[in-house]
Amino acid sequence: MTIGLGHYLFVAAVLFTMGILGIFLMCVELMLLAVNINLVAFSVFQGNIVGQVFAMLVLTVAAAEAAIGLAILVVYFRNRGTIEVEDINAMKG
Amino acid sequence: MLLQALAFYVFAFVVMASAAMVVVSRNPVYSVLFLILAFFNAAALFVLIGAEFIAMILVIVYVGAVAVLFLFVVMMLDINLTQLREGFLKYLPVGALIGVVLLAEILLALGVIGGDSTSLTALAKAGPQVQAVDNTRAIGRVLYTQYFYLFQVAGVVLLVAMIGAIVLTLRSRPGVRRQRISDQLYRPKDQAVTVVKVPSGEGVR
Repeated sequence: MTIGLGHYLFVAAVLFTMGILGIFLMCVELMLLAVNINLVAFSVFQGNIVGQVFAMLVLTVAAAEAAIGLAILVVYFRNRGTIEVEDINAMKG
Repeated sequence: MLLQALAFYVFAFVVMASAAMVVVSRNPVYSVLFLILAFFNAAALFVLIGAEFIAMILVIVYVGAVAVLFLFVVMMLDINLTQLREGFLKYLPVGALIGVVLLAEILLALGVIGGDSTSLTALAKAGPQVQAVDNTRAIGRVLYTQYFYLFQVAGVVLLVAMIGAIVLTLRSRPGVRRQRISDQLYRPKDQAVTVVKVPSGEGVR
């Protein structure tokens, strides 16, 4: 009944798989959350604080990625009026 | 201990269910709201495991900044996800197969299912379990000494992201009157001031 490392790793694995199945930028955030759960779980169960420090750095990179990705999305929407993936062929020769 | 296990199962179930709703939800705004729910429950899991600082950072950074940013952009762009959804439904069987295989692979590799979990327990017991100071103090002790350069680099990453987002989305539209201070300062005196001789009793025309 006691909650061990495996339980947390199971939750993180399910979240990561959900993130892979998704189609939008939110799902990248889900995958990063799964990675953070893994890092923090290992950090706590091994008694090593470095995992949590690294989780903070992952959080930073996730925030930067979300900002840049959404900015690109906004610019693309402003130029084209759509974000359809099929219509993105501006770099085709 | 039983209460802790019960709380873990509740939070873990809500995290996984809301993650599934993020993926399959029809409205992107609902997706973002379920993402926020997933973040809150993940923060609760972190509190449960004893990582309070990361939990609070998760709530502040993700829910307070990233998820609200997503919400703004999703509402502003008026994304038509129904066409995306059609493609998603078309490839859903293949995607689900890949997902199930990937999940099984991860769990088998971890030894959560199938094999014995002795390697996991060995991993869990690898370090000292005692925590002499509380979580935030422990993080601060290594973050500002041993990992100080990493901390600075994280700040630089955020700065670059901020500058990049501003540069990407800044646009100069024609017809917008904007204050140009240098033009104002370099305007010569004869353009700025006219001396008018006012006859008494008639006023300025």
